[in-house]
Amino acid sequence: MSGYAADVAALARKDLKLELRARDTLPAMLLFVLSTLVVFHFALPEGSGDEAAYGLLWVAIVFTALLGLARAWVPEREHGVLDGLVLATSDRSAIWLGKAIATFAFLAAAELVALPAFALFFQPLDAAAIAGVALANVGICAVGTLLAAMAAASRTRELILPLLFLPLTIPLVVGGVGSSISAEAGDYLLFLALYDGVFAVLSWATFEYVVVE
Amino acid sequence: MSTSSSNSRVPAIAAVAAGLVGLSLVLIFFVAPEDADQGISQKIFYFHVPIALTAYACFGWGALKALLYLWRREERYDLESYVGIHQGTIFGALTLVTGSIWARASWGVWWAWDSNQLVLFLVLFLFYSAYFMLRFSVEEGPRRANFCAVYALFGVALIPVSFLAIRLAEDFIHPTVFTRDGPQMSGTMFFTFCVAWAGMTALAYALYRVELVGKRLDANLRDLREALTT
Amino acid sequence: MSGGDYLAAAYTVVLVTILLYVVIIAAKLTRLERQTAELAELARRRTDG
Repeated sequence: MSGYAADVAALARKDLKLELRARDTLPAMLLFVLSTLVVFHFALPEGSGDEAAYGLLWVAIVFTALLGLARAWVPEREHGVLDGLVLATSDRSAIWLGKAIATFAFLAAAELVALPAFALFFQPLDAAAIAGVALANVGICAVGTLLAAMAAASRTRELILPLLFLPLTIPLVVGGVGSSISAEAGDYLLFLALYDGVFAVLSWATFEYVVVE
Repeated sequence: MSTSSSNSRVPAIAAVAAGLVGLSLVLIFFVAPEDADQGISQKIFYFHVPIALTAYACFGWGALKALLYLWRREERYDLESYVGIHQGTIFGALTLVTGSIWARASWGVWWAWDSNQLVLFLVLFLFYSAYFMLRFSVEEGPRRANFCAVYALFGVALIPVSFLAIRLAEDFIHPTVFTRDGPQMSGTMFFTFCVAWAGMTALAYALYRVELVGKRLDANLRDLREALTT
Repeated sequence: MSGGDYLAAAYTVVLVTILLYVVIIAAKLTRLERQTAELAELARRRTDG
């Protein structure tokens, strides 16, 4: 493996191992997404369109992702490890990519439970909807990982992450809901791919400036 | 870094802005014909659209300065980026307010989710408001400048992406009967619009330069105070 | 409210925003004047004392 890929793999593996041992973030995300879905059942008045539920699925996904992202950089911050990582890797974007991949894994794991639960409680999910979830995950993890790194360095930490993150998720929610309910799901999937392309490249290119002064 | 030579032009810039805005007001109220369909309230358009375009320009300017900061690492680019985005946010807020008033005048509602421009500005307003929260929650220094510069670049990428998203969202948001075709602009109307656009741009630039002068003055006084009290 | 009223409201909002700017600049100018006066006093004391 080339140096870059090896760095990324090592970093992602470290995060996954840490989570496997500590088991605090992923169970929390799972419970959170299930609780949210149940709350939504009570929040949807009788006679709401079937399609309203899809909107709520995406709200649940975004906020579950927020939960995971708030914890994403905590190990690095608690042990002052980030400076060491910055020195150890030649390309700092590898730190971002490794973290983003790990976050993606956690989010996907949470969705493995959330999506069947949603299908059970609310509405069926077709292939386009699931593809939408997968594509949106990429965008969420790419952008969220970078923003979480900024939030970790700020005075207000957990408070500011949602403020930075939510406006950027609006296009993702549009794409996701569209791919779930629209007849032309392909357009929305294409749009999600566009978002992913633009923001993944941007995050990859600018992460260096977020961790180095 | 000598800014005093360029600062001496700021009053002239402000004068040009005052002149252009004044001229545009004359054109709007005394020269431009009244719209057949919408009546006199259509004239809000002459300010509302230029203000919106100016807001976009300010965000773009802020992003450009941010890029220059990340590339050249000169402190002044960070300040210029911040002030540019500050202006953009103010003009963005004005876009929302004038747009809302125009919506009320045209359709009887203070807000319309199917007005793509209004919704886009709402998203951008949220995004750039978070910019200020970010700026004020990080210690001053190169790291804060880095964060703000990166965020400003994200903003400028968000503009077209959000625009597309809102267009796509039309598909499943109930289409309402509110449509507003761009007024069939006669030559006079178009000329008036251009002058108003120039006026708003000049105004934004004048305010931007004035704010920069104020901020640099603050910084200089701080340095002076430090020098005199040690 | 008639169309003309809304028109006036929209332009008034823009005008008031600009005037608010004037207020803010005036406040800033007064503050800076006070600060320079302080610093001038400090400098005077330095050269005299």
